[in-house]
Amino acid sequence: MPGDSLIYKLDPRGKFLITFYFIGIVFLANNVASYGFLLLFVLFAVYLSKINLGFFLKGLRPMFWLILFTVLLQMFFTPSEHPIWNFGVLTLSKEGMVISAYIFVRFVLIIFVSTLLTLTTTPIEISDSIESILKPLKAIKFPVTQIALMLSIALRFVPLLIDETTKIMDAQRARGVDFGEGGLIKRIKSFVPILIPLFVSSFSIAYDLAIAMESRGYRDGEGRSKYRMLKWEMRDTVAAIVMIVITGILLMIRSY
Amino acid sequence: MEIIFKNVTHAYEANNPLASLGLDDVSVKISDKKFTAIIGKTGSGKSTLVHHINALLKPTSGSVIVGDRTITSETNNKNLKPLRKNVGMVFQFPESQLFEDTVEKDIMFGPMNFGMSEEDAKSSAHDMIELVGLDEKYLEQSPFDLSGGQMRRVAIAGVLASNPETIILDEPTAGLDPVGRKEIMGLFKKLQMQGRTIILITHNMDDVADYADDVIVMHDGKIVGEGTPSEVFNDEKLLTGGMLTLPQSARFAQRLSQKRFKFDKLPITLDELSTEIKQQINGD
Repeated sequence: MPGDSLIYKLDPRGKFLITFYFIGIVFLANNVASYGFLLLFVLFAVYLSKINLGFFLKGLRPMFWLILFTVLLQMFFTPSEHPIWNFGVLTLSKEGMVISAYIFVRFVLIIFVSTLLTLTTTPIEISDSIESILKPLKAIKFPVTQIALMLSIALRFVPLLIDETTKIMDAQRARGVDFGEGGLIKRIKSFVPILIPLFVSSFSIAYDLAIAMESRGYRDGEGRSKYRMLKWEMRDTVAAIVMIVITGILLMIRSY
Repeated sequence: MEIIFKNVTHAYEANNPLASLGLDDVSVKISDKKFTAIIGKTGSGKSTLVHHINALLKPTSGSVIVGDRTITSETNNKNLKPLRKNVGMVFQFPESQLFEDTVEKDIMFGPMNFGMSEEDAKSSAHDMIELVGLDEKYLEQSPFDLSGGQMRRVAIAGVLASNPETIILDEPTAGLDPVGRKEIMGLFKKLQMQGRTIILITHNMDDVADYADDVIVMHDGKIVGEGTPSEVFNDEKLLTGGMLTLPQSARFAQRLSQKRFKFDKLPITLDELSTEIKQQINGD
């Protein structure tokens, strides 16, 4: 999503690492204070991004069933000395409810933070930062540039393939295909007229791309300069220090 | 079938901050059994407009009346088959819709979806392959072994095979060689003469001048001009507004009028141009 707030301006490498680091330290939290603290921090980051909270809530939607399932599992299967309600293997207790609430908050934290990363960082920036982060692996002959190139091409193909799919679906609909009608077998069969043209066109797009790159003299390996330079600035250092401070506070307020 | 758009607005991604208007309060009538051309810049809403005719898109507000069917935002996705059988649609680069292992099966795919029996579909495939100017021997081949131009013809045959009353063509000749283009356009004109309604989206003004009865000019999701080709190409406002360019013959006439020729109305086809020139030379 386009935007221009502080979070957007952070160096994508830093954002990428901080996001993963944060997902890691979420697991340090183990009481109301520490979870509340992390939640406040994430909401503050969301506020800094100046993106409508609705987009983050939308990010939760695809995970809804997974969250519900995990929460219910925790709620009914946590063993307890003082159950409120008992039915066979199912136990409902205060501890179980507290733990499931923690799990829920943990999901929300992780999803919000990763949504924050994907909303404020373009795919190309993410693949650039992966390349930059993996650079040390070059020492052991790991093909970092090639992997990064594959990544950015794959990302580039996603919108292309979505366009192509809608186009082909429309064309087959116009020829009388009804998607999502009839029994399971019929439904699966109705996807053949999409999948085959989609494969054919992705191969031809890939082939064209290869020729276009070659005719412009693409060679992988050493000495390629960068069009987009990543620059580490003061604010990125500050962001990193904030993360360290947060870890410190977290270690203090969590219970042992 | 007569097609009527009544105050149709279509917003892409209506619930998103990135929403954009594909169509902005469009009202237009497309006459039955006529050849109507829709022109306008890329992104002006031409494709969005025609996608409403067989309910691939539904209006955000307003209604589209196609024959005895009315399509509004509430139209259900079920029961659209009769409509889609009557409105055939040839998409841009239709060769990308081919998927069967033989050309014959691919042409039969549409008709059989619309409930035609296998024998009827087969005979229809034989008729259609000839109609689009390919030899019957291609029926047994895989569509992926054909050249691009041949694939295009097979795809067009696949749409015509269900015998639609209205045929929508979205730049059907893009990327074809000049001879192929003329053949294909001639075929569509012939189909119209046989009593079908043809709607053509094109960027080729010569095709508009040569084949169309009516023209609709679109700009930014709105209809900015309507009329016969001769009316539209003589419309100062549209020309100076950069919303359309002139066909070759009209451009030639424009250059001639800077010399000693005079045209009350720009001739738009080669025939009109040559008659005019002949008259003026003989008249002097």
